[in-house]
Amino acid sequence: MNVPIKDGNSFRLGEQDAARFAAILARYPTRRSALMPTLWLIQDRDGHISDAAVSWTAAQLELSEAKVREVVSFYVMYRDRPQARHVLQVCHNISCHIMGAQPLLSHLEGKLGIRRGELTPDGEFALEGVECLGACGMGPCLQLGRHLYENLTPEKADALVDGLRRGDPPRPDTDRDLED
Amino acid sequence: MNQDQYRILSKRFGRRDGHRLAAYEADGGYRALKRAVGQLGAAAVREEVKASGLRGRGGAGFPAGVKWGFVPQGAETVYFMVNADESEPGTFKDRYLLDYDPHAVIEGSAISSFAVGAKLCVIYIRGEFGWLVDRVQKAVDEAYAAGYLGPGALGGAYELEMIVHKGAGAYICGEETGLINSVTGLKGQPSIKPPFPAVSGFLGQPTIVNNVETVAAVPWILENGAAAYRAFGTEKSPGTKLFSVSGPVRRPGVHEIPLGLPFREFFTDWLGGMADGEELKAVIMGGSSVPVLTAAEAMETALDYESLAAAGTMLGSGGMIIIPQRCDMVELIQVLMHFYWDESCGQCTPCREGTGWLHRIVKRLRGGEGAPEDLALLEKVCDGMAGLTICPLADAAVMPMRSFLERFRPEFEALAAGRRETEPDSRWAREIRS
Ligand SMILES: Cc1cc2nc3c(=O)[nH]c(=O)nc-3n(C[C@H](O)[C@H](O)[C@H](O)COP(=O)(O)O)c2cc1C
Ligand code: SF4
Ligand code: FES
Repeated sequence: MNVPIKDGNSFRLGEQDAARFAAILARYPTRRSALMPTLWLIQDRDGHISDAAVSWTAAQLELSEAKVREVVSFYVMYRDRPQARHVLQVCHNISCHIMGAQPLLSHLEGKLGIRRGELTPDGEFALEGVECLGACGMGPCLQLGRHLYENLTPEKADALVDGLRRGDPPRPDTDRDLED
Repeated sequence: MNQDQYRILSKRFGRRDGHRLAAYEADGGYRALKRAVGQLGAAAVREEVKASGLRGRGGAGFPAGVKWGFVPQGAETVYFMVNADESEPGTFKDRYLLDYDPHAVIEGSAISSFAVGAKLCVIYIRGEFGWLVDRVQKAVDEAYAAGYLGPGALGGAYELEMIVHKGAGAYICGEETGLINSVTGLKGQPSIKPPFPAVSGFLGQPTIVNNVETVAAVPWILENGAAAYRAFGTEKSPGTKLFSVSGPVRRPGVHEIPLGLPFREFFTDWLGGMADGEELKAVIMGGSSVPVLTAAEAMETALDYESLAAAGTMLGSGGMIIIPQRCDMVELIQVLMHFYWDESCGQCTPCREGTGWLHRIVKRLRGGEGAPEDLALLEKVCDGMAGLTICPLADAAVMPMRSFLERFRPEFEALAAGRRETEPDSRWAREIRS
């Protein structure tokens, strides 16, 4: 079955990403099982998964658009619309709660001038409360992109926000200095 | 007591170069794989792991060698999946293995795959561990380049493809059938068992799912033998176990202990006791889904499967959460019920509706609008959930809920009667907006 791509779909992968997509297809045993890595490939490039990307993916993997869309909406890390430049995701689960996640969230709300779940008017920052990030012994903590900031204090949180505003954020705690 | 003598899994934790192939090989790495493939053969590997008594470290504690034996004889296509979804609140041990010792995980996965006859192995890493996906992929690339993986691996003695698969934020994908469905390209909703994955799993083929820590122990067991492994731990709980400890103790973090260690000794010697100004109130021993123990109960038990079961709780994932005296237990259970409600995949009515009810009733209590009947209502909702769903997520919500109610009942009763038993410490407690 080959689902034609709708007319006017402008979604394209660059040469490098097209090669990555081909490698994903070669590695996974069925086209459908290539869905999650394909969505990651798109989101890593675009920051979110657009409607055009959904129909492109559906056509490539020989799935209906509904089957792609239900996966995008099931997983909280896939985003179907553009996001703030820096999404600060603070863990509010039990261990971090015990170690002060709520005061940290309140502090960040004050610092950014928004409430959790909101976006700064300039679109630079979003603040979210999220479930356990797997850093419970280093809480409170937050996720930013592919990394975590741990053992947060109000001062450390301020330094992070100020650093991001300057374009010079402190090194994440999970970015261990490893020689390659 | 010298705590370093128990380092089977944590030998390379904290080492700057432990994640590199060269360092791993210098420590004797990949010798077990070569011996398994070159000399022992799959059946002997299965026997050795079975003899070691190694139990699954993902939560259920099922013996790994026994599970491997469920793959039907002569199956053509078998898959092996490594569960690195690690999303159980309080649990952060697999992360250390993937970060500091990815080659031990890869070698263990390769040996396990070989033992069950799998030619494709998928390592499923939760999406929030983005940096670890990169770390493990790099290590897998190294293993391919060195000829430990791929077609014609080890001079053509066996073959194995290994995929590093990135999740996208869903606790339920840690449940093994949810994980398999997720890799298939579906929503990560669990399937009803039977059929068990060992008989019919990924793409309808026999599939074994094991936790990261389970497979990481396999190379050591082959190198040193089942008897050496059994020298640690107890009869029913052989070996060592990683505990990830959170909360206000002097030394939180990941600690490897011989199973059977008394909690009191672990708490005092390994953790250094409570941090300054804190007092112990309660302990969740094995991740947020197991029943809570009071401080007094905790002090009387030991850290192994059978002692914790006798104490009315479970070893679970080894995610130990230390709860200090200043905490309001109703507030903590609200945090947990929010989590299970958030993460219910929605297929089963008792779980989808029940978790929402539990969360809303607890929230109402804390908001000062509770009624004395609410405690009985909480129990009734729990009765309507436990054991009645496709996967154990509903039970995972019920176990903490019931145990908090049972062991810290006065705190709930006070709220239901419109009184607050303990004034929450304003440094920590805030209104939870959820
Ligand atoms: C809701 C839920 C979440 C789970 N999450 C995980 C997890 O993150 N990691 C894990 O290894 N096992 C998890 N499990 C257990 C798995 O279903 C499975 O038992 C385990 O991966 C088997 O590996 P083992 O035998 O080596 O422990 C979870 C189970 C349930 C019901
Ligand atoms: S018990 Fe809950 S999480 Fe598990 S399958 Fe049913 S609805 Fe989904
Ligand atoms: S509870 Fe916050 S990282 Fe686990």
